[in-house]
Amino acid sequence: MKVLLNAKQIDSALNKLTNRIVADIPEGVEIAVIGIRSRGEIVAQRLAGRLSKKIGSEIPCGTLDITLYRDDLNSPKSGSQPQVRTTEIRFDIDDKIIILVDDVLHTGRSTRAAMDALIDLGRPKAIRLAVLVDRAGREFPIQADYAGYKAVAKPGQLVQVLLKESDDKEQVIVE
Amino acid sequence: MAEKGKTREFKWQRKHLLGLRELTAEEITYLLDTAQGFEEISARAVKKAPPLRGKLVVNLFFEDSTRTRNSFALAANRLSADVVEFTKKDSSVSKGETLLDTARNLEAMGIDIVVIRHNAGGAPTLLSKYINACVVNAGDGFCEHPTQGLLDVFTIRKRKGSLKGLKIAIVGDISHSRVARSDMWAMTKLGAEVTFVGPPTLIPPKVDQLPVKVSYSLDDVIEKVDVINMLRIQFERLGGNPFPSVREYSHYFGLTVERMKRAKPDILVMHPGPINRGLEIESEVADGKNSVILQQVTNGVTVRMATLFLVNQAAAGKPAEIQNG
Repeated sequence: MKVLLNAKQIDSALNKLTNRIVADIPEGVEIAVIGIRSRGEIVAQRLAGRLSKKIGSEIPCGTLDITLYRDDLNSPKSGSQPQVRTTEIRFDIDDKIIILVDDVLHTGRSTRAAMDALIDLGRPKAIRLAVLVDRAGREFPIQADYAGYKAVAKPGQLVQVLLKESDDKEQVIVE
Repeated sequence: MAEKGKTREFKWQRKHLLGLRELTAEEITYLLDTAQGFEEISARAVKKAPPLRGKLVVNLFFEDSTRTRNSFALAANRLSADVVEFTKKDSSVSKGETLLDTARNLEAMGIDIVVIRHNAGGAPTLLSKYINACVVNAGDGFCEHPTQGLLDVFTIRKRKGSLKGLKIAIVGDISHSRVARSDMWAMTKLGAEVTFVGPPTLIPPKVDQLPVKVSYSLDDVIEKVDVINMLRIQFERLGGNPFPSVREYSHYFGLTVERMKRAKPDILVMHPGPINRGLEIESEVADGKNSVILQQVTNGVTVRMATLFLVNQAAAGKPAEIQNG
């Protein structure tokens, strides 16, 4: 196991994301942040807090459960059984720029599922992808618009984001 | 907020939902938790999600039913499954085909899930032994109606937070009620105390072997209960003269405005429908602020979505095998 980012570095990665997103928002367009369960939810909440502060108005934040949109649901090969949790988006996503947030971008399959789930909820003006960690291994033609950190990881290695809200520590590790 | 480190080890293993009697409290809770994730689908603009895309669900109903059949069809549709309706009146069933022949013919069409209602208790279990598809019991004889039991506890949990320690009365024709049985299993497993209430003629004979209390007087229990579930008097099932007159039944066992005055202010009034207004329940009570009767209907679709999803998940993890007997 190797530590890629410590608490301080995670904090500066989040700051980098915040600044890049703010710089990109066109005038007169509303934005909202939506995190993919479960670590993406935490990153999204932190990001929404920072964005709100920086912009000076409350940025809505929601959580998306993508289980029903996964492409491996009915495949007998996936040994584990995903648990369906709740999607909690208490605002209208129509005509907003949605900052879709995940902790790690790897194969791109979660992002594909999340985009399908989002467009069943409405028609956003745009969907932009923000991830704390971007690593190699894409299986779909999907790239992050904003990445806090680019990790080097070999196939078969697992890049994990550990956050104090869910894991009682603050680290990005590779093993 | 994400739950702290809570990755549950639990895995749903049942490719059939035949009854609640055999389910553990953990299984019931898992199904209810899963159902919560499906609630949002019915509330949004596109009332559909893709998990059963390309799957075929058959509604195999040997008994009349409108709401349960529609509720299952709607649940299947919202998960993107295709639904074939197969009812007694318009099928070869009325031409003398046996249950197993009907099921095998359906299976030859490539079905994935059979939702079956049958007047013979045990029919869904029998079916599950002979076909590969998942079997979901939508009511068998006087035995079980598991998804009704699940939607009832889902509704109670939503309003009261938990079933633990709640006092629940189920009132009416217990003898002929599969709803009462499924309710009883689900409610007691989740920690509620259930009392069957009705005239002695409508209480099943071996009730002392069930995990319930019995009362022959609604007036004795009305003040004590947190939830009251009023069963419909099923005239189509009643033989003989179980009570002298409808008026007398209504007088002793009807949920009237007068009786409600003595109930706890936050009592939940439930009914599996369809209601006989003025018989087992007065209109003002059925439409009153304590009534969750219409929420039960909404929650029925939600719980059935979770059921179809989970049995299909259990089947997806297993190779097909037919146990021929």
